[in-house]
Amino acid sequence: MITKIVSKNFDIPNSHKLEVAKQNGRYSSIEKLFSMNPSDVTAEVVKSGLRGKGGGGAACGPKWELMPPVDERPRYLIVNGDESEPGTFKDRQIFQYDPHLLIEGIICSCYAISANHAYIYIRGEYKFFSDRVQEAINEAYEAGIIGEKVMGHNFKLDITVHRGGGAYICGEKSALIESLEGKRGHPRLKPHGKECEWFFDNPATVNNVETIASVPNIVENGAEGYTKYGTEKSPGTMLFAISGPVKTPGVYEMQYGNKMIDFLNTLGGGMREGKKLKAIIPGGSSCPILTANEVEKAVLDYESMWDIGSTLGTGGMIVIDEDTSMVDVAKNLIEFYHHESCGQCTPCREGTGWIDKILKKILSGDGSKEDLNTILDVCNTMNGKTICVFAPAVKDIIQSIVTKFPEEFETYFKN
Amino acid sequence: MSTFKFTPENEAKFQEYITRYPVIDSVMLPALWLVQEQENWVSPEAMIYVAEKLGKTPIQVYEVATFYTMFNLKPIGKHHIELCKTLSCMLCGSKDIKNHIKQTIGIEPGQSSEDGLFHLSEVECLGACGGAPMFALNGDYHENLTIEKVDELIGECKNDN
Repeated sequence: MITKIVSKNFDIPNSHKLEVAKQNGRYSSIEKLFSMNPSDVTAEVVKSGLRGKGGGGAACGPKWELMPPVDERPRYLIVNGDESEPGTFKDRQIFQYDPHLLIEGIICSCYAISANHAYIYIRGEYKFFSDRVQEAINEAYEAGIIGEKVMGHNFKLDITVHRGGGAYICGEKSALIESLEGKRGHPRLKPHGKECEWFFDNPATVNNVETIASVPNIVENGAEGYTKYGTEKSPGTMLFAISGPVKTPGVYEMQYGNKMIDFLNTLGGGMREGKKLKAIIPGGSSCPILTANEVEKAVLDYESMWDIGSTLGTGGMIVIDEDTSMVDVAKNLIEFYHHESCGQCTPCREGTGWIDKILKKILSGDGSKEDLNTILDVCNTMNGKTICVFAPAVKDIIQSIVTKFPEEFETYFKN
Repeated sequence: MSTFKFTPENEAKFQEYITRYPVIDSVMLPALWLVQEQENWVSPEAMIYVAEKLGKTPIQVYEVATFYTMFNLKPIGKHHIELCKTLSCMLCGSKDIKNHIKQTIGIEPGQSSEDGLFHLSEVECLGACGGAPMFALNGDYHENLTIEKVDELIGECKNDN
């Protein structure tokens, strides 16, 4: 089931060291990269169908094409390593085991969009991982891989690690840039048309760590080398993660298009202690939950997941067994969202708190059927009425738990 | 004038940070991290100092420091335990770990022990779901926690004093 592209070197001892990384193929795409025009690199990535691995699944190449023509303004690549979505722990594997693959991907991507400085925004809690990436960057500077001349070529590239301060919302790309500009991580209003991001009014592109780490393979082996894996619309591979009460939780790279139940039972090792599966939250906690029956039908690619009313998200699955109360699950997650709402928009700031209070009331035994309707009503008010997609994501998960498992809530009602 | 001052090493790091960004405003978070590494918390005096260095008003620094949960806005115990409470950890027994820590050290989340040795925080997802339950101790991740492992780590902290 495993197909290794990004994770190819993860098991090699000292794979994070430059010497070992080079022996195992790192930076081998660079010669070919500089034989191409930047626009050809972008075209190849467009052709490969590479999709963003941070949760949204938006195509990477077309995003690069939104960069305006080169002018006197500096241009930036911003790598989103603010991995904070519950159930998601994949980017840290790249930081820990193959930071040079990330640097190689940054070189390829910066060349494609003509950016001479890249920022890697890493969540504050990942101190060990950001130190590891910084060591790799230092090695790369000393070896002349980055700096004034990238591996002897006429291309300048600086890479800076920027450490976050512990705010989930900074994974939202415009909040991330606000944070990088030294402000609170408040998402920005989105423009009507499609355009690039702006870092101090300079053009910038924001991509997830794993997305950038997927680029060297495309440069080296061409789009065909990537599209031979996965499905037609979801080509390539992804680092899928599984956690919760399963025998072998962890991160495994697979092509898109495998069945979720097979993933759970093979790589995930199946349920712990022979327990029965109750539900899976598919791709980080912000995706609509799937019941055990729905899991049987679920296929791990973007389109298939949309077809069954959920999303693939970050590919980080949280498995829930028969002994767990779904009310506890909802309460745990709403506490997370209430804590992490940035507070900018009223429906999100207040709505998450209201749902938290109502669930507390239900858990204390004082709830009624009317409370479930109120939760759904609050969800409706939160959906589509805020600056960013945080509130719609809360609605997705809470509404799906309440509507798919109403009987579990009802067992708490006294009357 | 603020009573806080960077150590010469941190001042050098601060100056290096300034060269890495197109506008000095970006050095806000790196500067607050330097403060916290130096003092173990971010005091109002240090915020005024950072404001002076960045050409900002103190309230602008305060606004940022209070938004990000990792900045300690008051002094805390020497060893900081950040216990993950989010879903995967909850499903794998983080509540048992929490109760054990509470009993062993005698503090609730958000409190520091009287001897100033420990501070316990309950935090949201630390991105270690595959190793649940887990906590970070002084920033280092400890995964697949058991009661024995927690006792061992707490013991090491006590001996370290």
